[in-house]
Amino acid sequence: MYKATIEVRLKPSVLDPQGNAVKGSLHTLGFEEVDSVRIGKTLEVWLKAADEQSAEEQVEAMCKKLLANPVIEQYSFRLEEGA
Amino acid sequence: MRFAVPVFPGSNCDVDCIKAVKEVLGQPVEAVWHQESDLDRFDAVILPGGFSYGDYLRTGALARFSPVMEGVQKAAEQGKLILGICNGFQVLLEAGLLPGAMRRNDHLQFRCSIQSLRVENNRLPFTLDYRAGEDIRFPIAHGEGNYYCDEETLSRLEANGQIVFRYTGENPNGSVADIAGICNERGNVLGLMPHPERAVLDWMGSEDGRRLFTSMLRYWEGKSDVA
Amino acid sequence: MLPEQTTTVWEPSPEKIQAEGLYRDMGMTDEEFEQVIGHLGRLPNWTEVGIYSVMWSEHCSYKNSKPLLRRFPVEGPHVLQGPGEGAGALDIGNNQAVVFKVESHNHPTAVEPFQGAATGVGGIIRDVFSMGARPVALLNSLRFGTLDSPRVRYLFEQAVAGIAHYGNVVGIPTVGGEVEFDRRYEENPLVNAMCVGIVDHDKLQKGVASGIGNPVIYVGSSTGRDGIHGATFASEELGEDSEEKRPAVQAGDPFMEKLLLEACLELVEKGILIGIQDMGAAGLTCSSAEMAAKGGTGIEMDLDQVPQREKGMTPYEIMLSESQERMLLVVEEGRQDEVRQVLDKWNLPSAVVGRVTGDGRLRLRHGGEIVADIPVNTLVDDAPVYHREQREPAYYRENASARPEEALADQNPAQVLRKVLGSLNVASKRWVYQQYDHMVRTNTAVRPGSDAAVVMLEGTDKALAMCTDGNGRYVYLNPREGGAIAVAEAARNVVCSGARPLGITDCLNFGNPEKPEGFWQLAQAVEGMSEACRFLETPVVGGNVSLYNETRGEAILPTPVVGMVGLIESREHITTQDFRQEGDVLLLLGETRAELGGSVLEQVVTGELSGRPPRLDLEKEKKLQEAVLAAIRQGKVRSAHDLSSGGLAVALAESGFANGLGAEVELDTELAPALFLFSESQSRVLLSVDPQQAEAVQELIASHGIPCRPIGRVAGDRLQIQVNGQQVIDETVAALKAIWEGALPCAMNPSSTN
Repeated sequence: MYKATIEVRLKPSVLDPQGNAVKGSLHTLGFEEVDSVRIGKTLEVWLKAADEQSAEEQVEAMCKKLLANPVIEQYSFRLEEGA
Repeated sequence: MRFAVPVFPGSNCDVDCIKAVKEVLGQPVEAVWHQESDLDRFDAVILPGGFSYGDYLRTGALARFSPVMEGVQKAAEQGKLILGICNGFQVLLEAGLLPGAMRRNDHLQFRCSIQSLRVENNRLPFTLDYRAGEDIRFPIAHGEGNYYCDEETLSRLEANGQIVFRYTGENPNGSVADIAGICNERGNVLGLMPHPERAVLDWMGSEDGRRLFTSMLRYWEGKSDVA
Repeated sequence: MLPEQTTTVWEPSPEKIQAEGLYRDMGMTDEEFEQVIGHLGRLPNWTEVGIYSVMWSEHCSYKNSKPLLRRFPVEGPHVLQGPGEGAGALDIGNNQAVVFKVESHNHPTAVEPFQGAATGVGGIIRDVFSMGARPVALLNSLRFGTLDSPRVRYLFEQAVAGIAHYGNVVGIPTVGGEVEFDRRYEENPLVNAMCVGIVDHDKLQKGVASGIGNPVIYVGSSTGRDGIHGATFASEELGEDSEEKRPAVQAGDPFMEKLLLEACLELVEKGILIGIQDMGAAGLTCSSAEMAAKGGTGIEMDLDQVPQREKGMTPYEIMLSESQERMLLVVEEGRQDEVRQVLDKWNLPSAVVGRVTGDGRLRLRHGGEIVADIPVNTLVDDAPVYHREQREPAYYRENASARPEEALADQNPAQVLRKVLGSLNVASKRWVYQQYDHMVRTNTAVRPGSDAAVVMLEGTDKALAMCTDGNGRYVYLNPREGGAIAVAEAARNVVCSGARPLGITDCLNFGNPEKPEGFWQLAQAVEGMSEACRFLETPVVGGNVSLYNETRGEAILPTPVVGMVGLIESREHITTQDFRQEGDVLLLLGETRAELGGSVLEQVVTGELSGRPPRLDLEKEKKLQEAVLAAIRQGKVRSAHDLSSGGLAVALAESGFANGLGAEVELDTELAPALFLFSESQSRVLLSVDPQQAEAVQELIASHGIPCRPIGRVAGDRLQIQVNGQQVIDETVAALKAIWEGALPCAMNPSSTN
């Protein structure tokens, strides 16, 4: 069993209004040092795979096909065994 | 002209689209459950608004893998008319039938109002009955209508006349180039955020949506006559 | 894979519960605990104490308000279902019924505004479709503190977003409601959600368990540990620790609700159901006990069959969970498969969790053992009833001599008009309702912003008008008058839309009923509402009670919210407040007196809340409503606007905003101009009519014994008002509209410069 922790974020070129709103609120709260905020999502996926390489291939395919929209999003992930 | 209205779990404008087709065109129209992939018996497909699969993950992202989308893909290739309204537009983007992607409204709120639009291209199967550059009013109701595409795609859309409707006045969601609706290169697939089916009777606040439906019928009948 | 349980379950023994008085933590009193022992003939276990405590909470049992609620008129020729089911139902002809109810979700909103408000909407929708009705409209009545507090802005913004999210996803238009701000709601915001549905008479359902041996089916979301003891939480004052009670707030899944809605209506359509009830407050406990009580039966359930989201849940947790989007069904033995087919189509989890029995007991099994065994009637019918003490509060006596009018008489009408239009209780609520999809289902003929919303009845020429109303300021000053006014104004609103008022649902939002002054407010308000309902022939077909809206001893303004539904006989009768044609004659119906106690003008100018509210003469009110409706039905009315907050001046301004039309008005009065223009005297309506028809309308109104005087005409793009020959207001409609529209967005975004 593998656990993949996948992060999906907006591409740097895509405006993130939600992140900007959070930045504004942080400034209001006195966190003036905040330069920028970007919001993404984390997915935890548990999967069965023969080995790490095949787990990686599966997760890669999931991201490409469904979990991230390549037009506006990018993704990264890490795998843990036996989670 | 036979219309299909696919129903996904979470669709909520399916009934409205069916009513509009009956009301405006009096043509046969059927709700098609998302599990059905065969749309051969139809001439046009209207992907309705709503929150298919709760809009979980991304708007339209889960619906695009429904069996019915195979039928939609095929119908699009056959040159049948595909109209995606609101969530239907989002599904078309996710399915790659139209270019670009949808983001949350820039003000982060859901917005429901009657919006002014300009008809940018009236030479399409969906817009024949509008005048070029005509100002019309359609209701909008969405939280993610902030259309995005990269510069290159945008210039291509502009050059090909694929930008069909643009918001005039205040842009309600922050979309690129004030885009409210676009079509594919061939012109038989239209996606738009505003709801023409909500503007077909006098008491609705606008009747401008009627002509989108009459255009489709006129185009289709003209095409059939030639064939 | 279910999440592992993090703590070991430890349940005290029955003896320990008694010895240490542990039931008190669940909101149960010593006397009530003794009653439980009497009912069972033994000590209750932990699960049973939990079940009794939620069933006997105010939220479920109305133990404090029941004696008062009996005063409401609940019968009438159109009533198909009065209080006692998920929602009430009234006949609207063509074999159709309108099903509707309003319910509070105040406490959950105070601690987690987005989910608290969202699940309030979810609950009321389920109440309506559990009656077999297709929900066609939502309304919301909101009360919040003043928006100068960042915390209140957060609560308000999140609550509105939560309401929007839920209703928009399910695809039911949110067509109306109201929003008011007052510092007395700061710690205790009110979120009252109303849902309206339509059903054919023969499809009307009941939450009843009958037919011994019939299966009890659970359908919807699986059960988790969320919302345990929510009903008890809703029946307590909010204290310092309320934030920590957050686990009591449930998370909603409107997508699941949409599937549940469609699946249940499909089951109703197929005629398979014997009984159906929402698992709302007190979850599985309340739904099973009430269904059995109504059927005169018992229910035996195997809790191991209940779909669960978390591992190791105890019977106590399973029974008291308030996980959302769940329904309990009773079907005829042998038809389980038909039900399963429909539920599977919609991909809904379901399970047969029990059977209807003939022994009148709620018996629960878990892990093969009986974990609770309670006579059903003791949970439902024998819940304690308290006759609380009432005392007229000192403030009420002191106010008798207050004359707020004196301080307001000299105000400059033009200046205060701007202030009043820019005050948040009068200003446009567009910022709110533009977040709600108010057009989905394409039946909305009058959108939010008018006196009442109008929703077409599909396939007919008829329509429903609906609104919510309730003025906490009036009710505070005189609960009886204020309660009556809430009903009268709601009726007037639907009448101005062209409808005959049919009936009401109500939500009684009050403070702690154990305080005699608080209970007096509640009792007086119910008295006034009952009287008005009787007079206006609008029975009360359902609603709820939300008490203990207090923090640190300070109660909210007593706020009964009335949800009114009316029937419009023909599309031709649909009327709005908007001026439509220059030259139309303006008619003012009713009498204007110097009545400004609790008025918006008082609030804006002195910030006080004093004196007595406007008087209401029900006889006159009824005649006025009959007169207006008659004029509308004869097709002689271009616009109609109820005079309420801000009086005539606000009504004149608001009527012009939609189409940018002004008015030229000349008034003669013995009152000071500001008093006349901003008086909130009741039973008044502003009409605009075709000049050709003006005389006929005047005669018609006069024939009903209602004063009616022409006061000017719709004209140009300015609002110009003369009083006794003196110009007191001369403003462009555009400038007034900018103030009115800008106030709320500006208050919500104080750092912005626009």
